[in-house]
Amino acid sequence: MPGDVEDRIPILKLGNALLVTIQVDMHDRLALALEDDLTNRIVQTSAKGVLIDISALEIVDSFIGRTLANIAQIARVLDAETVVVGMRPAVAITLVELGLSLPGVRTALNAERGMALIRTHRGDDELDSEADGDPA
Amino acid sequence: MSPASASRLPSILDAHGDEILAEWVERLRDGVADDRISEVERARQASGFLQRLSDALRGSTVVESDSPAFEPLYDMLVDISRSRAVQGFSPTESALFVFSLKQPLFRFLARAWGNDAEGLGADLWAVTLLIDALGLRMMEAWQKTREEVIVRQQQEIAELSTPVVKLWQGILALPLIGTLDSSRTQVVMENLLESIVQHEADIAIIDITGVPTVDTLVAQHLLKTVAAARLMGADCIISGIRPQIAQTMVHLGVELNVISKANLSDAFALALRRIGRSVVRTKPAAPAAVDSHAG
Repeated sequence: MPGDVEDRIPILKLGNALLVTIQVDMHDRLALALEDDLTNRIVQTSAKGVLIDISALEIVDSFIGRTLANIAQIARVLDAETVVVGMRPAVAITLVELGLSLPGVRTALNAERGMALIRTHRGDDELDSEADGDPA
Repeated sequence: MSPASASRLPSILDAHGDEILAEWVERLRDGVADDRISEVERARQASGFLQRLSDALRGSTVVESDSPAFEPLYDMLVDISRSRAVQGFSPTESALFVFSLKQPLFRFLARAWGNDAEGLGADLWAVTLLIDALGLRMMEAWQKTREEVIVRQQQEIAELSTPVVKLWQGILALPLIGTLDSSRTQVVMENLLESIVQHEADIAIIDITGVPTVDTLVAQHLLKTVAAARLMGADCIISGIRPQIAQTMVHLGVELNVISKANLSDAFALALRRIGRSVVRTKPAAPAAVDSHAG
């Protein structure tokens, strides 16, 4: 393998979802490695949801944007829902100006909401009824 | 060559400065009669101007408007011009301040040169050039001041007209007022996205009641804002599309592929429904209109 072992982004398994937190600046090879790893892990764990937290990313170029869109598409083929969370305002503006509005990717403001989105999408057993507030 | 270069303006200013000033002030009074500037103030400006003019010319026999000795005079002119622009004087009225000096000066020049037509002609030409240069300076300063006012107002409008309002926990409203150009879209977008992060909003309502026209460009800007908000994880609803604007948009073939509502209250109701809230009547006022949720 060309890349270093340590030069990878960790993927955590949380229930039947995968959690990726990008803490370092993404370069192209790292993004491709992430795509590979995620695809493999989705198949291995038969995960139903992928949550990618990019709140630490200050720069997202067109390549990273496209990789995110690719990951979402690949995940959908493998029957998993991808949610990108925590995008910064400046990054959002840049992506829109680049013409990359990531049409197939679901988004949420933070990791908590992203997980809620994945749970509701899966229609899982224990749905938190926080929003409904039904007393009965 | 030699008589032409030796202007008699400096000596005239020294000898007849007071008379020239009196005549000039008289002329200024006749020219523009209004109460935006007091008599005393105008006389003070005129005498200060003449003083600096004669200072600038002292010791030289050649009238050159671009010599460094004129700098204090120019500075003063710029100050006068600025204050006039702010007071609302027209460019003509401002420039007249300088140009009305011509007649008194020419009269005294003619007297000084007597029968020497050639010398008088050359000197008049030099003085005309000087006064014209001063007048142009004044115009430039006037226009610059006005432009500064316009730029400042534009900034103020841009800041004033893009407030982000929190309507409910998780619901923001962005009432847009005025034309959306690309620089304003940028401000609007940044404000909205920052507020989404700050208030952890799920839904943003963009109300365009105050947008006079929606053409393809404005629609594109709106869509960009919506797309950026979506990337942050917030949904957008566009509201306040007036009848004429809806018609124009359809005729132009502009498509807004987002949820749109006719007015803000409809959009707010939808937003509340989205976050799982509903509005119920607390007292059964009219028997016919009991809310379906009541129970």
